[in-house]
Amino acid sequence: MIEIAWSNFTPWSALAGGILVGLAAASFLLLNGRIAGISGILGGLLTPLKGDIAWRVAFMLGLLGAPAVWLLAGDMPAIEINAGYPALIIAGLLVGVGTRYGSGCTSGHGVCGLSRLSLRSLVATLSFMATGFITVFVIRHMLGV
Amino acid sequence: MKYSLASLFAGLIFGFGLIVSGMANPEKVLGFLDIAGLWDPSLAFVMGGAIIVGLGAFAVARRRTLSFLGFNIKIPSHTHIDKRLVIGSLMFGVGWGIAGFCPGPGIVALGAGEIKAAVFVASMVAGMVIFELIERNRAKA
Repeated sequence: MIEIAWSNFTPWSALAGGILVGLAAASFLLLNGRIAGISGILGGLLTPLKGDIAWRVAFMLGLLGAPAVWLLAGDMPAIEINAGYPALIIAGLLVGVGTRYGSGCTSGHGVCGLSRLSLRSLVATLSFMATGFITVFVIRHMLGV
Repeated sequence: MKYSLASLFAGLIFGFGLIVSGMANPEKVLGFLDIAGLWDPSLAFVMGGAIIVGLGAFAVARRRTLSFLGFNIKIPSHTHIDKRLVIGSLMFGVGWGIAGFCPGPGIVALGAGEIKAAVFVASMVAGMVIFELIERNRAKA
């Protein structure tokens, strides 16, 4: 049986944050006509095309600057990173190669793809969710790290 | 200029959403992925909230060819489910499960000054470069 971590579960802030993510994707789509896929926006900077750079940098600056702007209004919630450096390096490489091969990540496939009812994105989302669950199971419950 | 400003705005709101929802914190994401431990369903609510808004936005976008700022609306058109899509996504999920970071939260945590997030993002960019090099070699072959 699944046991819910009631003390960690934050349905309202999760929903509110999700709506903000949705509004960001919606405004990007309705203003610029594009899918807000983070891995694609970042990846496109590695093979820069003329006239296709500034907006990508601007989007990344928005993401990077969000905590600083947030701090003007209130405290940042805690960020707890328990993975060690070797794990972070391996994770980063897998996320980098994987999202480019699979043409998207949690934002492009997960949020935008599911919002436009794309079967391709559903397959991608189920795939990365599945290996995400399995990986955490192996690390926490089989290797006991 | 308009285009870049709208991008900056969208990136900022996206970042706020990840901060508010707790998704910039990898431990919270791992709490969702750890279904055999004490499970934190919050991530499902983040996705749900985002998709409710997204459904409306795409319904509007589908009826238009130009955005409200007058740019072409580019919605992906391929529907083919291939090996690249599945294998890439499976790989991404393994990396996501190892550290609890996907691209957006990694970048936001980097912006918050987390050294470990900087290491993750640097490796992620390195991974993207490796992908481009492999693709270039394949194109030549």
